Order: sequence, then C-alpha cells, then structure tokens
Amino acid sequence: MVTNITNLGRSGVSDWLIQRVTAIVLALYTVFIVAYMLFHPELDYATWSALFQRTWMRIFTLLAFLSIAAHAWSGLWIISTDYIKHAYARLGVQTFIIVALFVFVVWGVQVLWGA
Amino acid sequence: MSTLQVSVYRYNAETDSAPYMQDFEIDTHGRDLMVLNILQMLKAKDSTLVFRASCREGVCGSDGMNMNGKNGLACVTPLSEVVKNNKLVLRPLPGLPVMRDLVVDMALFYKQYERIQPYLQNENPAPAIERLQSPEERDKLDGLYECILCACCSTSCPSFWWNPDKFVGPAGLLWAYRFMADSRDTATRDRLAEIDDPFSVFRCRGIMNCVNVCPKGLNPTRAIGKIRELLMANAT
Ligand code: SF4
Ligand code: SF4
Ligand code: FES
Repeated sequence: MVTNITNLGRSGVSDWLIQRVTAIVLALYTVFIVAYMLFHPELDYATWSALFQRTWMRIFTLLAFLSIAAHAWSGLWIISTDYIKHAYARLGVQTFIIVALFVFVVWGVQVLWGA
Repeated sequence: MSTLQVSVYRYNAETDSAPYMQDFEIDTHGRDLMVLNILQMLKAKDSTLVFRASCREGVCGSDGMNMNGKNGLACVTPLSEVVKNNKLVLRPLPGLPVMRDLVVDMALFYKQYERIQPYLQNENPAPAIERLQSPEERDKLDGLYECILCACCSTSCPSFWWNPDKFVGPAGLLWAYRFMADSRDTATRDRLAEIDDPFSVFRCRGIMNCVNVCPKGLNPTRAIGKIRELLMANAT
C-alpha cells in the first residue's frame, strides 16, 4: 500500500470515482448550456439573468463549479506527482492549485448569488 | 544486399562516463534470422558485448530489449519484423537502470512483483489429495498464467517510467489478477486492500503500450480493468 495524504479522496478508487462522476456532471452542464444557447439565438441580458435567478439553475451551476474544482484537483494532483519529483516544489505547486481553486469557487458563488 | 547495419547501445558503468552507440555490419546471407542470432554474431566479433539470453525460444523471458524502438524478445523476433531500411538499433529496456550494455537492473520490477504476493493463498485446510477446479474455473486463468515476466510491458509503460517505486505496472497487475481470478485463492480482499491507493493500480492510464508489446500476446490492460471493477464492487 502506497500512502498519500494530499490526494482528494482517501483511496485510489474514491479518486477515480470522483473524477468520473464530476466528468459526467460537467458534460451534462456543457450540453445544457450549449443547447440553451442554440434554442435562444437572440439571447439578451434579461433572459440570461432570469435563467440564473432560478434556484435549480443555481444549484446546477454550483454543482458544476464544485465538480470543476474536484476534477481539476484530482487531475492536477496526478500530473504534479508524475512530473514534479522534488517534494517541496510539489507541495508548493499543490498548495497554489488548492488556493486558486478555492478562490474560483468562492468567487463563482459570489457571482451566482450576486447580480 | 544482405549486409545489415546494426547499432548497439554500449555502456560499462565501471569504465565509461556516458553510454554510446557502437556500429556493426553483419552479413546475414539473406536469411531472416532472429535478432538474438545477430547478437550472437556481434558477440563473436566483439566479446565485450553483454546481453542476457537463455532458452532462445521465448520461454525464459531473459532477452527483453528495445529493437528499433519497440520492446520484445530478441530470440523470437525475426529481422523481417523489425528491420527498416536495412538498419537495426538495439537498446536496453527503457526506464530501468542500465548495468551494462543491454543488461538492465530489474530490482524495481521484481519488487513490484513481490508486492502483489504472487502465490496461491488459501485459508481453508488442505484436502487429502488436491484442491479441485472445474474446467470453467480453470478457463478463467487463460491469458493470465502465460506471463513469463520479461518486463517488455512494464518498461514500455510511461506510468511505470515515472513511478516505478509506486505503480505496480502491467506485469505485476496481470499477476495480481491471475490470483484474484483463481477459484482456489481466498485472499482477494487482502490483495485488493494492498493496492487500493492512488498509485498502485490507478496510475494506469489505459494507453495499452503494454498490450502492444507483449510477446506472449497477453492483455494486461484488460486485467487492470477487472481489478478496478473488483475494487469498485468492494468499495461501493
Ligand atoms: S505480460 Fe507479456 S510483456 Fe509483460 S512481462 Fe508478461 S509476458 Fe512479458
Ligand atoms: S495500459 Fe496501463 S499498464 Fe498498460 S502501458 Fe498503458 S498505462 Fe501502462
Ligand atoms: S532467450 Fe529465453 S525468452 Fe528469449
């Protein structure tokens, strides 16, 4: 058993599952947004804003934000452990990624519930 | 023209500061020899050349090497399969430390093999004669037990190159599944627990370099998929 403390879940199988499930959420969200734009060729601010006033859309979008964060973290964690062999450099990069993702999520929440 | 241009990787840790390629010209008399035959002819010309070989029929797994960019067993690889433009480039298996010329240090490869406990474990008392297996149960081992541990697969796997100390690699994982699939083995849960971390199994990215080179035609990627299924079934 190889022990790790910086990966997302506590085991290989949980990381793997989280990556797959978040990928599905992101795929659904992408399909929805693209389809919405196709069905609203004359999209204006009022329609767009009304869409994001709805609770289900906010939940869906928040879910997509969290999925991006989890998906990006598990993927970038793997890349950092493959290519950055110096332990402190790796920890530095991993910390930077976590902080950046955290900022993006909070910022996204602000945008979503602001306006 | 039956003269073959052969270029061989040479390195002696005791006398050379860096590896270099040595060029030879070999007259094959137009025969479609095996790469191992060529190596033996080279050895007759330059007795300092070092490589491993034993059975010369694809059974012992000693002479895994990189021939014109692809891993394989020199003894069962005919020239017609690898030679292009009359040129043959021989290198040691990639990703493992070179000890001398075409001989690599396989310690990491064996360490990963040892980790998966490659032997039958059964907690039930042994029956008087033998542990029986039905023909169907025996069939499940086909495509798994034939592995000769030549390391051609693991040393062509980028995931193994980056993390040979943590990722079990295709050969070890094929063996792990060979025991999980055996009806006489009762240690599947312990076997799974040992490799349920982000590296041992899950570093496999499924690019199938291993399948592409296996001289025995085995499919480690499929075995890895089966292990993943077992891990999922156990964990959800
Ligand atoms: S799976 Fe194939 S390539 Fe890999 S060690 Fe076994 S025989 Fe060699
Ligand atoms: S399929 Fe997996 S084990 Fe095989 S070469 Fe690719 S990453 Fe390595
Ligand atoms: S010499 Fe035994 S496999 Fe090639």
